[in-house]
Amino acid sequence: MREIDVRLITEKVKELCIRANTELGEDVLQAFDRAIEKEESLLAIEILKELKENARIAREERVPICQDTGVAVIFLEIGQNVRLVGGDLKEAIFEGVRKGYREGYLRKSMCHPFTRANTGDNTPAILHTEIVPGDKVKVIVAPKGGGSENMSRVVMLTPSDGIEGIKRYVVQRVKESGSNPCPPTIIGVGIGGNFEQAALLAKKSLLRPLGSRNPDPELDRLESELLEEINRLGIGPQGLGGRTTSLAVHILMMPCHIASLPLAVNIQCHAHRHKEIII
Amino acid sequence: MPEPIRLKTPLRDEDVERLRIGDRVLISGILYTGRDAAHRRLFDLIKEGKELPFDIRGQIIYYVGPTPAPPGKVFGSAGPTTSYRMDAYSPALIERGLKGMIGKGMRSDSVKEAMRKYKAVYFAATGGAGALLAKRIKRAEIVAYEDLGSEAIHRLEVEDFPVIVINDIEGNDLYIEGEKRYRKT
Repeated sequence: MREIDVRLITEKVKELCIRANTELGEDVLQAFDRAIEKEESLLAIEILKELKENARIAREERVPICQDTGVAVIFLEIGQNVRLVGGDLKEAIFEGVRKGYREGYLRKSMCHPFTRANTGDNTPAILHTEIVPGDKVKVIVAPKGGGSENMSRVVMLTPSDGIEGIKRYVVQRVKESGSNPCPPTIIGVGIGGNFEQAALLAKKSLLRPLGSRNPDPELDRLESELLEEINRLGIGPQGLGGRTTSLAVHILMMPCHIASLPLAVNIQCHAHRHKEIII
Repeated sequence: MPEPIRLKTPLRDEDVERLRIGDRVLISGILYTGRDAAHRRLFDLIKEGKELPFDIRGQIIYYVGPTPAPPGKVFGSAGPTTSYRMDAYSPALIERGLKGMIGKGMRSDSVKEAMRKYKAVYFAATGGAGALLAKRIKRAEIVAYEDLGSEAIHRLEVEDFPVIVINDIEGNDLYIEGEKRYRKT
């Protein structure tokens, strides 16, 4: 068994919270460039250039890309040959979030659902843990803003709705969301599993690098068809009209119950933030 | 693409009368910040017939909840938040002389109607461009509701703060017109 001290995980989570919120991924910047080349609206091009400039300022001056530094969503993959020592793992992760959001001058956005009283330190984080083979721990921090999360949905379609029903629902969801989720967006789609698994698949699909192909040829084709249809809606960057409503559609799929066709659409704004580390 | 229009606050009727949807505008002067909780309080004061904590006539409210200002910086990251949550409160503020609002996302019919009736405009700043927008803020001070933290009302001095006209006083809406123009379905 390999021993890992959870206090090391605290430090790594802290760093990842700060880095995720200030350093936009190279894949997103390249997607902006591709969008600028294709875009027909001059106003849309101006906005896409503004987003690139914003990312540059954020990285150089170490300030958050967006003031909504989000709910701290954390994916943990723990190797089954790892023994975690030095304290409570969940508490260690929350402590990393507290330190990251305090020391990084990030906005604390978690509050009581009824009173709306802020918890003050951006905890609790949303934690997804998986046990995997090996002796390493992988930590992914993916802060998620409220504007795009509010436009996301889970729906239980009937099996007879089929692929066409899925396409209709996804495109309709993007259309109805309009300018609210800060387009250009990335559309995470989870198909199958069950009610909660579909949502998790949709969220996880967002972690795939932009510009990469889906390894499943059928899903890859579906992603292209959906993206084309979404970008015909004309919503455009910030909803002001244009060709670039979404930068990508990502799909993850798994088997589901014979009676069900679960579908989740998780909309991600252009401030597509996630950073990871393997310990 | 035409050069941006430069505006200085406070805004007068003639300033907003010439603005049309799609115009890029650079604002210099004062912006007041306010989002959900601050709007609720302003609205309650109006209902009770009390004075507002600042003279709202000719002013612009910016819907923003910034990140904390790091040492050596005037303000934290400061992009717009989604505006529809302020729709219930905005008409009462427009009626009392508010001339501009900055946020993102579509407004309700009653807000658009109030803008037309009392001559006010709605601008969008680029959502998610918080680092870029913060650089245009030169000074910041809290004027009310310090207990609300990032949601407190701040008085911001801005220079060339970049926005786009979404709703003008003729009742046009760039979100509707822009989408229509590029829709291919």
